[in-house]
Amino acid sequence: MSAPTLSIRDLTVDIPTRHGVLRPVSGVSYDIAPGEILGVVGESGAGKSMAGNAVIGLLSPPAHISAGEIHLNGTRIDPLKGEAMRRLRGKEIGMVFQDPLTSLNPLLKIGDQLSETMLAHLDISQSEARTRAIAALDEVGIPGAAQRVDSYPHEFSGGMRQRVVIALALCAEPSLIIADEPTTALDVSVQAQIIALLKRLCRERATAVMLITHDMGVIAEACDRVAVMYAGKLAELGPVREVLSAPLHPYTDGLMGSTPLASRGKDRLHQIPGAMPRLDSLPTGCAFHPRCPRASDQCRVDPGPAIEDGAGRAACFFPINREAVA
Amino acid sequence: MSLVSVRNLTRIFDVSKPWLNRVIERRPRALLTAVSDLSFEIEERTVYALVGESGSGKSTIGKMLVGLLGPSDGVVDIRGVDLSRETDAEKVDAVRADIQMIFQDPFASLNPRWRVRDIIVEPVAARGGETAGLAERLLEQVGLSARDAGKFPHEFSGGQRQRICIARALASEPKLIVCDEPTSALDVSVQAQVLNLMSDLKDEFGLTYLFISHDLTVVQHMADRIGVLYLGRLVEEAAPSELFEDPKHPYTQMLLAAAPKLDGFGREVAPPTGEIPDPINPPPGCAYNPRCPLAQALCREERPVLRNVGGARVACHMVD
Repeated sequence: MSAPTLSIRDLTVDIPTRHGVLRPVSGVSYDIAPGEILGVVGESGAGKSMAGNAVIGLLSPPAHISAGEIHLNGTRIDPLKGEAMRRLRGKEIGMVFQDPLTSLNPLLKIGDQLSETMLAHLDISQSEARTRAIAALDEVGIPGAAQRVDSYPHEFSGGMRQRVVIALALCAEPSLIIADEPTTALDVSVQAQIIALLKRLCRERATAVMLITHDMGVIAEACDRVAVMYAGKLAELGPVREVLSAPLHPYTDGLMGSTPLASRGKDRLHQIPGAMPRLDSLPTGCAFHPRCPRASDQCRVDPGPAIEDGAGRAACFFPINREAVA
Repeated sequence: MSLVSVRNLTRIFDVSKPWLNRVIERRPRALLTAVSDLSFEIEERTVYALVGESGSGKSTIGKMLVGLLGPSDGVVDIRGVDLSRETDAEKVDAVRADIQMIFQDPFASLNPRWRVRDIIVEPVAARGGETAGLAERLLEQVGLSARDAGKFPHEFSGGQRQRICIARALASEPKLIVCDEPTSALDVSVQAQVLNLMSDLKDEFGLTYLFISHDLTVVQHMADRIGVLYLGRLVEEAAPSELFEDPKHPYTQMLLAAAPKLDGFGREVAPPTGEIPDPINPPPGCAYNPRCPLAQALCREERPVLRNVGGARVACHMVD
């Protein structure tokens, strides 16, 4: 495998508050290779968006990176501030957010928004920027791109807007795309279109993608590898097929079990008892132990083995042994 | 006997600009048909699910059933009483007391300034019923603690709030509960808890649900009968097993193919083309014809009616 595009090591994000320090992301490490789609999955409050925002430098104060390193194409980027970070954002890292309407400027024609981004990051002329904007819209599948380039965001449907946002994220040819719930606001049929588009573009350009979502179905179809997060920590990391069809961590197993499936018929859904712990009252040891059927005394004091990329898929002392079950 | 009978239900919204603008700009009235000539029946103690994408009119139907919106045309008949035309206030009130609703967003549907106890007993108190100990009993029934009755909604998580909404819906001992996307705002593990709770309560209280959702897997899990909506029209209605194994309408087939599958690793399918058309100017004939691979000249001219095909009802010219 070639050198990873993005490499995160022991990333920790802290939010100091009057009542103590909250830690939404804690010791997370993973790599994303060029052309690879890494899915980051977890329930609300798991820290998946926070980790994405840390990479692109969009943590809103007082949240800050308190430990760990982020490397993009071999350069360390986590200490970058202000202007240096802004040059990187858009040029090297593209971002696609959940709501396409709020990520576009309603007062600017979409062609101008695309040209603006390209002029800021690439050394090209106004007219060339416009030509490229039309080409970019054409590539993301907007019919009649040459005419639509002069339309405003409100003239597009939700799915078309998300295509514009993807064109915007890709127009400066970044090496990494962070897509934070890109299809959550869209309908099933449009979601399928957007996922197919994202997969095709990233394969063609060898762009690395961090796809943040809570939808296991989207993960299964779009991603090469998946990172499951729980309470700010990685619970499991591995190839998507292995993690989803034979989960090792009891949390991943519970998540899969609680998803309604055709094959399960109308039996009761598997329930994970309780709810995700609040950040100000994280349990000691493994954060999942109060909800875990396999927890022992060791889990209550020791946070569990850390996941190193490549070795050790699940951060659990008692991973589910598939052979023994089968 | 069916509990709910909906016949030729239509709802049209006037989305025109104000009168003066229309005169000056010479624009015609704009009428949006959200629900168009819809008929279905819900049997007692069953779960009837409506699925569709945004703009398919599923929430409008739910609102018309509980009486939050009046129909433009057609009949909503609940236990033999047509709510929009019945003039006997006593009859209407008796039926109204049998219907409750659970909304999508548990953060917006609870009054933040009321204590949980007051929220839950409101449907009973509004009719002057006896409410002592009612909130506490219901809270325990939905898996919360009786002590929670004195708390405010902000002290609860999303899943717990949805449980409070369910407790409120149960308070007046209704027969029919309209659930409008009850788990869409919840995480998967919490969704499983709420769905299990709803199934248990249905058996315990003999409830009937109208379950509105965009999530096919949830619908498949919950429903006894599923109606698929497209642009305010019912395109197919069948039992879950039949609908998922042998979908007949091309739109249903497209919807099932497009839904992400948990075992669809690296699945490469041609994504569906096109989008839902503008409901103000729907295409003539079958609403699905611009996107349909089977469309013929007939589909562009004549609107198909729902026909019985096997155990299903399908509105398509091309299905045998």
